[in-house]
Amino acid sequence: MRAFIVAVFAFLYLPIALVVLFSLNAGRHASELTGFSTQWYGKALANPFLVEALKNSLFIATTSALLAAVFGTAAALGLARVNIRTRTIFDALLGAAIVVPGVVIGISTLVALVQLFAVVNPFVASIWPGSTPPRLALGYGSIVAAHGLFSMALVSMIVRTRLGSLDRNLVEASSDLYATPLTTFHSIVLPQIMPAILAGFLLAFTFSFDDFIIAFFVAGAQTTLPIYVFASIRRGITPEINAIATIVLCASVLMVVFAQLLLRKTKPSH
Amino acid sequence: MSTAPVPDIEFRGVAKRYGAVTAVSGIDLAVPPAAFVALLGPSGCGKTTCLRMIGGFEQPSEGQVLIRGKDMAGTPPYRRPVNMVFQQYALFPHLDAGDNVSYGLRQLRPRLSAREISLKAGEALAMVQLAGYGRRKIHELSGGQQQRVALARALVNKPAVLLLDEPLAALDKKLRTDMQIELQNLQRELGITFVLVTHDQEEALSMSDFVCVMNRGSIVQVGQPSEIYHEPADLFVADFVGKTNLLAGKVERRSGELVEVMLADGSVISARSRNGVASGEAVSVSLRPEALRLGASEQGTFQGIVRNRIFLGSTAEYAIEVPALGTLLATADHQLSQDLFKPGEPVAIGFAPGAPLAFSGVKENGEKQRETKNVEIVS
Repeated sequence: MRAFIVAVFAFLYLPIALVVLFSLNAGRHASELTGFSTQWYGKALANPFLVEALKNSLFIATTSALLAAVFGTAAALGLARVNIRTRTIFDALLGAAIVVPGVVIGISTLVALVQLFAVVNPFVASIWPGSTPPRLALGYGSIVAAHGLFSMALVSMIVRTRLGSLDRNLVEASSDLYATPLTTFHSIVLPQIMPAILAGFLLAFTFSFDDFIIAFFVAGAQTTLPIYVFASIRRGITPEINAIATIVLCASVLMVVFAQLLLRKTKPSH
Repeated sequence: MSTAPVPDIEFRGVAKRYGAVTAVSGIDLAVPPAAFVALLGPSGCGKTTCLRMIGGFEQPSEGQVLIRGKDMAGTPPYRRPVNMVFQQYALFPHLDAGDNVSYGLRQLRPRLSAREISLKAGEALAMVQLAGYGRRKIHELSGGQQQRVALARALVNKPAVLLLDEPLAALDKKLRTDMQIELQNLQRELGITFVLVTHDQEEALSMSDFVCVMNRGSIVQVGQPSEIYHEPADLFVADFVGKTNLLAGKVERRSGELVEVMLADGSVISARSRNGVASGEAVSVSLRPEALRLGASEQGTFQGIVRNRIFLGSTAEYAIEVPALGTLLATADHQLSQDLFKPGEPVAIGFAPGAPLAFSGVKENGEKQRETKNVEIVS
C-alpha cells in the first residue's frame, strides 16, 4: 500500500522535478545531464518572441484578474441580499461554471464571440461616419473577457464564503454609530472581506497566467506564454522550455500559497 | 409609571410579526427620562425584539416607537439618538480600541477636529478605567476590557438612550458584579436613560429603577424591583422573579382580597389574591423562602424533615420535605451555629400572615421556567 502511494506521488511530481532539473542542465539535450548551468534562463529571457508572449500573458492575467475581483465581489455582495431561491440558483450556476471543462468554455466562448461580432461589426459599420469603422475581433479583449468571466465565478465564491462568516453585528454596530450604509461598506465590510478579494485576485491571476485551453480558442492572432510553449514543443523540447516552465511553476506556486495564507490568516476573531 | 415629562422612549400599541410568527404584540410602555429600565424575561419572550425596535434594526409591524416624543417610523439606526452595547460587543476587529471608541465621533457632521475626537475618545476610555489602552488591538483585550470598550464606544456619543443587550452574559460572576455597580454609577453620573435587556432576574432587580417583565411577546408587569418581587402580577412573575415555593390548591372561600385555599395535604391557609380568583378555582399559592419561619416546636402550619442545607454565612437555605406537598425551600438567618437545623431533623414551618399570595392557574412544566434562575442554589 505504501509503495503504491509512493508510486502515485512519483508519477505526479517526478516529471515536474525533472523539468526543474533539466532547466539547470548545461547540455543541449533534454535527455542527458551534462553539468549544471543557468544559461537557459538567460537564453529564454533573451528570446524576443518569448518575452512578447510573457508580456501578453502578464497583461491579460492582470486585467482579467482585476475585472474578476471587481465584478466577482460585486456579485457576492449582491447575492447576499437577494432571496434564498435566487441565491441558490446563482450559487449552482457559479459552481457549474467552475467545474465545466476548459474545452467547453473555450469553444462556447469562441462561438458566442463570433456570433456577437457578426451582429455588432456590420451594425457599427453602418452607423460609423468615417470610412474605416472599428472592428471587433479576437485578440487581447476576447482572452481577457473569457478569463475574466471564468475567474469572476471563482472570486465571487471565495468572497461569498468570507461574507457568510462576517459578523452581522459589526454592520449593525456601525449603523448604530451613525455611519451611513456607504460608510459602513468602506470602513467595516470592505476591510473585513479584503483578504478574500485579494486571494481571489491572486487565484484569478494564476488561472489566467497558466491557462492554455481557453486562451487557445479565443486568442486569435495573439500569443500568450502557454500558447508559445505549446507551439515551441512541436519543434522539440529544449532546456529553454524547461526554464520557462520552471519560472511559471514557481510564480504560480508562490501566488497560490500567498492566496491560501490570506484566506487562512484572517479568520474573523470570535 | 406616570408620564409627566416627555418620555425618553415610548411604545404605543407596538406589535412585531415575522411572517406568521408574532414576536411581540400589544406593547405599551413609557420610559421616563434618566431612568434605568430592565426588560426582563425568558429567552424568546420578545425583549430583544423590543430593544432592536428602539435601535432601529427592526421596524414595528404595528404601532409606534417614539424617542423623546418623536415617532421613529422609517428612521434608520444611523439617524437615531441612541447607541447600543451588543451582546457579543461587536467591536471592529481591524481597528484598535481608540478607533473603535472614536468611530461614532468621526461620523458626525460638521466634522469634529482630530484633536477633539482623540480628546473625547480618551476621556471615554478613562471613564471605563481603560485610560492608555487606546492603541491596543481588540484581540489583545480580555473579555471584561472588551466590554468596557464597547461601553465607551456607545457612551462617547452622549446618546439620549443607551441600549444594553445582555451586556454581562459573557462575563464571569466576579466581573459581572463589578460591572453591575459600574453601570449603575455611570447611569447616575451621566443622567442618560439605560435600557437593559436581560434574562437574569437578579441582574434586573439589582440594577434598575424599573423592571418590565415580559413573557410570550407581551408585557406582564411593570414596576419597581421591590414591587415586582413582593407584589407579582401573576403566577409567571411570581415564579420567574426570585425563588418561591408554589403550592397547588383549590379556593374554598373568598372575602375581598383574602381567599381560603385548601392545599394537597388537606390544610387550609389564608392567602392574598391580586387578580380576584373565584371560589372553587384551582390556584397556586406562592410562599417566598425568606417568608417561611422554621421552628423546632409543633407550632407551625406544616411539619417537615430537613433534606439539604446550604450554609451561606449569615443565612442558610434549607430544602425541607413536607408530606403531600413536596419539597419547600426556606431561607433562615441564625445567630449561633447551634441555631442551624441539620439534615434529617424534623422542623415545623410557619409564615407571616400576609405572606402567601394566591394566583389563578397551576404551573405547568415548572422545570423549564426555572432552569435559568436557580443556578445559585447549587453553587
